[in-house]
Amino acid sequence: MSDISNNAATTPLERIQSAFRSFGLPRLIIAGMLLVLLIAAPFVGANFWMQITNVLNRFTWNGVLVLAMVPMVHSGCGLNFGLPLGIISGLLGATLSLELGFTGAASFLMAILLSTPFALVLGAGYGWLLNKIKGGEMMIATYVGFSSVSFMCMMWLLLPYHKADMVWGYAGKGLRTTISLEGYYDKILANFLQIRLGDLVIPTGAILFFALLAFLMWAFLHTKTGTAMTAVGSNPVFARAAGINVDKIRLLSVVMSTWLGAIGILVYEQGFGFIQLYMAPFNMALPAVSAILIGGASVNKATITNVVIGTILFQGIVTMTPTVMNNMIHMDISEVLRMVVSNGMILYALTRKTEVTR
Amino acid sequence: MKNQTSAGKKVLGFLGSNSVPIMFIIIVAICIPLSGFSPVFLINEIITRMGRNIFLILSLLIPIMAGMGLNFGMTLGAMAGEIALIFVSDWQIWGIPGVVLACIMSIPISVLLGWMCGKILNASKGREMVTSYIISYFTNGLYQLLVLYIMGAIIPIIHNSIKLPRGYGVRQTVGLLTMRQSLDNALAIRVAGVKIPVLTFLIIALMCLLIVWFRRTKLGQDMRAVGQDMEVARDAGINVERTRIISIIISTVLAGFGMIIYLQNMGDMATYSAHSQIGMFCIAALLVGGASVDRASIGNVFLGVVLFHLMFILAPKAGGVITGDEMIGEYFRVFVSYGVITVALVMYETKKRRAKAGMAAQLEAAQREEEQQ
Repeated sequence: MSDISNNAATTPLERIQSAFRSFGLPRLIIAGMLLVLLIAAPFVGANFWMQITNVLNRFTWNGVLVLAMVPMVHSGCGLNFGLPLGIISGLLGATLSLELGFTGAASFLMAILLSTPFALVLGAGYGWLLNKIKGGEMMIATYVGFSSVSFMCMMWLLLPYHKADMVWGYAGKGLRTTISLEGYYDKILANFLQIRLGDLVIPTGAILFFALLAFLMWAFLHTKTGTAMTAVGSNPVFARAAGINVDKIRLLSVVMSTWLGAIGILVYEQGFGFIQLYMAPFNMALPAVSAILIGGASVNKATITNVVIGTILFQGIVTMTPTVMNNMIHMDISEVLRMVVSNGMILYALTRKTEVTR
Repeated sequence: MKNQTSAGKKVLGFLGSNSVPIMFIIIVAICIPLSGFSPVFLINEIITRMGRNIFLILSLLIPIMAGMGLNFGMTLGAMAGEIALIFVSDWQIWGIPGVVLACIMSIPISVLLGWMCGKILNASKGREMVTSYIISYFTNGLYQLLVLYIMGAIIPIIHNSIKLPRGYGVRQTVGLLTMRQSLDNALAIRVAGVKIPVLTFLIIALMCLLIVWFRRTKLGQDMRAVGQDMEVARDAGINVERTRIISIIISTVLAGFGMIIYLQNMGDMATYSAHSQIGMFCIAALLVGGASVDRASIGNVFLGVVLFHLMFILAPKAGGVITGDEMIGEYFRVFVSYGVITVALVMYETKKRRAKAGMAAQLEAAQREEEQQ
């Protein structure tokens, strides 16, 4: 209602005000912070283009993980705190691909292929569970993630992996906590069509890969099933009346989120250069959740633009603060700042008066 | 015949509603002979852990009563207790006076944090648990900012045993040797090689009595009403928001005391990690004792502590015997902690949905009847 009245009286000032309001104060603060950091970087002696390269790289590592939030938000399942489940599917695919002896680009493709069945099965189970407990998704998603991570901690030790550069040297069994990807798919996307302009390095392949997935997601959301998903998220009662099978659509969205989580961790690994097992996936959901929220999403509304803006803003803050702060005041408060900003953002979103679907 | 089936149903119902504790009794019964621990050792450990943990878990009861679910924000109280302990040990106040002073100092911090937590939870009704869980992470950031950068730089910290060598911030561990088990050792008695910390148990008993008494006060009744149905309570003239904030504040203050009791037993404090897991372990223990998200009693607390911590002591050793690797047992107990919470949450949500569906069906039937008339 206030929107209409604002449009009626379109003084430029009011229009700017309403634009600010829809953008949200926390987002504005974070964008302003990043701007200050970017301006301050050259003055405190940090290499500006190197900083931009870092932010770009971090964006490509995390972009797909953030994209994995979109389907579940659209179908009204809330923020996917259960992302670790998807990550685990990805890790299973990655370790299997290495165990089976694939190298180079083939290992990346095989990792994607091998993780897909795990993501489908785990995602289907997870989606079935979330359909049983509509309304309490986020809390249960968190603990499904935690339980599955701690369950896999046992499995990484017990599963019969034997490849020498993956298992503990002295015991000959049990996977290591970090596995180097050198010779496998380390930087396989980032180095594809890489562009170097002095200090600025653009990981074209990784950006293209993210763009492809983001485009597919955008296209999907405009298909018949995609629109049905949005309808389920915005008004389940109406959707049911229109003859949409709500449970089936929700299940599909959870499977998609889980699969994207699996792909997301593989893309993250190719950038980072290591597979991290055991407790590493434990806290990977929170950064992705807060990134999409910073990008302007809410508990029940998210777009591809939110993903792109949010990932750039969040990763920008995370990568810029340590260098700039260190050079400026010789005190590294970036970790603390990251915790306050990212969790503050999630809290802000949770306290908005958006009704969760039942 | 009829009697028999109803008795059978009763047994099944009892098994169904107590499935989690029964499962744990079975796990523990299998693990005890496998681990090869002596009974005296086990009893000693359990009594120590009871004294250490029960007070913390008691702090969870009041928000459950007020219908706010499991208070993952109890971590806030734990942080308040830790801040108070840092100051008290820096001022070198030893023994029981130190513990008492820390408790007193933790109160204003806990009240402030609890008030903040309650305010935020009031703005996110219906998803209190996930919000309180994120609040604990958020406040952990603020806590680290305070302890790592402000203490020593702005708030004076005198002793180098607490301050980091760089001149500001608090060390990874703060030694509480001067207060170590000062509560537990006062009035302690030994029965057949088992040490019983009588004073700690007296404090716990007093707290239990207070909780029983509190349930009968006007405020306690109000909280129960708010927990049953917020709208009805509001119509009855209860200030729902205020009642909910008070319940969280009480919980936070109690958690602060609980953390101080916990840490005086441990004897040193991991400044940056002592509180991070405490909420999860306390909640898991309470649920193992047979509590659910909307119903918990003092009995659940005691049973839960015994069973959960028995599992905790036994799992690594038993896991080592079964699989030849003690790490498996370590991971197993972490998995069980998270698994128990997951199962309890799922059970609670399905029950809530079923109740809602039942109500909707009743309403529909009533409407149909009306139409027919």
